[in-house]
Amino acid sequence: MEILTTIFIQPFFDMAADPILFLQVIWEGFVTGILYSLIALGFVLIFKASGVFNFAQGIMVVFAALTLVGLHENGIPAYIALPITILVMYALAFSVERLVLRPLVNQPDIILFMATIGVTFFLIGFGEFIFGGEPKMMITEELLLPYGSITFFDDMLILQEIDIAASGIAALALIFLALFLGKTKIGIALRAVADDNQAALSVGVSLNTIWVLVWFISGIIALITGIMWGAKSDVSFALSIIAFKALPVLILGGFTSVQGAIVGGLIIGIGEKIGEFYWGDLVGGSIESWLAYMIALVFLLFRPQGLFGEKIIERV
Amino acid sequence: MLSVNNIEVIYDHVILVLKGVSLDVPKGSVVAILGANGAGKTTTLKAISNLLQAERGDVTKGSIDFDGTQVHDLSPNELVKRGCIQVMEGRHVFEHLTVEENLLTGAYTRKEGRAAISEDLEKTYSYFPRLKERRTSQAGYTSGGEQQMLTIGRALMSKPKMILLDEPSMGLAPQLVEEIFEIVKDLNQREGVSFLLAEQNTNIALRYADYGYVLENGRVVMDGEGAELRENEDVKEFYLGMGGAGRKSFRDGKNYRRRKRWL
Ligand SMILES: Nc1ncnc2c1ncn2[C@@H]1O[C@H](COP(=O)(O)OP(=O)(O)O)[C@@H](O)[C@H]1O
Ligand SMILES: [Mg+2]
Repeated sequence: MEILTTIFIQPFFDMAADPILFLQVIWEGFVTGILYSLIALGFVLIFKASGVFNFAQGIMVVFAALTLVGLHENGIPAYIALPITILVMYALAFSVERLVLRPLVNQPDIILFMATIGVTFFLIGFGEFIFGGEPKMMITEELLLPYGSITFFDDMLILQEIDIAASGIAALALIFLALFLGKTKIGIALRAVADDNQAALSVGVSLNTIWVLVWFISGIIALITGIMWGAKSDVSFALSIIAFKALPVLILGGFTSVQGAIVGGLIIGIGEKIGEFYWGDLVGGSIESWLAYMIALVFLLFRPQGLFGEKIIERV
Repeated sequence: MLSVNNIEVIYDHVILVLKGVSLDVPKGSVVAILGANGAGKTTTLKAISNLLQAERGDVTKGSIDFDGTQVHDLSPNELVKRGCIQVMEGRHVFEHLTVEENLLTGAYTRKEGRAAISEDLEKTYSYFPRLKERRTSQAGYTSGGEQQMLTIGRALMSKPKMILLDEPSMGLAPQLVEEIFEIVKDLNQREGVSFLLAEQNTNIALRYADYGYVLENGRVVMDGEGAELRENEDVKEFYLGMGGAGRKSFRDGKNYRRRKRWL
């Protein structure tokens, strides 16, 4: 009986007893969740537009952050280092299209997947070679990101300003992306390719252009994620483990759903923090590494098609 | 406008599908490629639009000339820009895009401003009033007939000189097929778009086509004016199902001799 109480009753009692603390836990989860969402989003975009399961998504986050910080370390001011990093991400997208996707077009999916593993190791090696392997500090201040904190309820609820900024920037990026995909000619073409690449080809959309574009967008998203994550910890290749958090998010949200990636990321982020805080002690901590998968699997039991599994339209 | 000279097409480096096909589409005409399933109609159209490469198909002999240029080294994108666009068989609409977004993708290669594009959008709607009613619906939820109209309207948005239309009648009720062919005729006469269409439905295709080619096993076995072909005894027998003794099997000895003569 005792054990059942500690698992099923006590945690909820704790939540109700200190709702502000509970709110704090949710906020922390939300902030991490945003980063999971962004990583999953970059992944989903590439998967939808080119059918490639991009193993390198997590490393792209580190590579982007490392490039930015590394350039700054070499004496380039932040306001120049940032656009250069964006250019580097473009060069990466361009090279991946030319050297990986184009030569391997029409090959089985697994070959393309392996090729992205190759890209992963290339980025690790290349990044270390140029900027060195030791952990670095994100140049938060130089990027004009705030670093104080705001408190509510007599200092009981503490929100870091950087977290608030991260949420704001992520929201802005999503609005931008939605407008781009919904309103611009090339955005519509990108969705057309995701729907039916043969038909897109037939109306004159160049798949190569779209692939470069979608890898570039994912690169930008990776850069945003890298800056935000780097501001909370160091910038090092250890960061890429967050990519493994993208997998449960994708299981939950579906590999082809943009909304799924966003909502899935938030659910995993928040679920994880709540689980860790209220149940973590029961299993001796460190449940963060597998809890995300648990949450995803439990969800799948009830919704096998995933959260938003894109509706498959049956033809009449 | 278009001339295909003795082309040979091979899939996957080994499967020989077209064995010397030649045909001509004069400017402003409607030309039909007829033939049973598997005859090579789609392959011929894709060889022209260069969509073949995406299917591991290759034109290994012969040449294709569209509007004065060899198409062999052009990408589908460049061909659409030059005015040659294919409407693929099986109604390939972008299911999760709205009807209007689908039409806009047709204008992807055009460089004119928004004004010109929206003018053409209205013109397209004037040919397909049904699409206007459904402009905000997701294309995947429209009917088969509407989807076929949408793919033709989408092609029209590219301002084509020529549309390669693959099996527009496939899986549609006869009335709808008639409606679609009427629109094809309209587009041909009023917009001056040339058409090369592939059809198994010989009857309707020959009523609308100026000229027809009969394809069998990757070879042109007969060609002639639309009206002439419709009166041809062999066509009547094999493709219009009007032979005296009913439709005969291809293995029939008499058929075999006849087909020999066509070669
Ligand atoms: N991608 C492909 N790879 C190999 N063979 C193909 C391919 N596409 C079509 N074929 C073969 O080419 C022949 C002609 O096909 P197709 O051009 O589609 O005929 P039709 O359009 O007249 O029905 C068929 O025997 C078909 O099996
Ligand atoms: Mg066909």
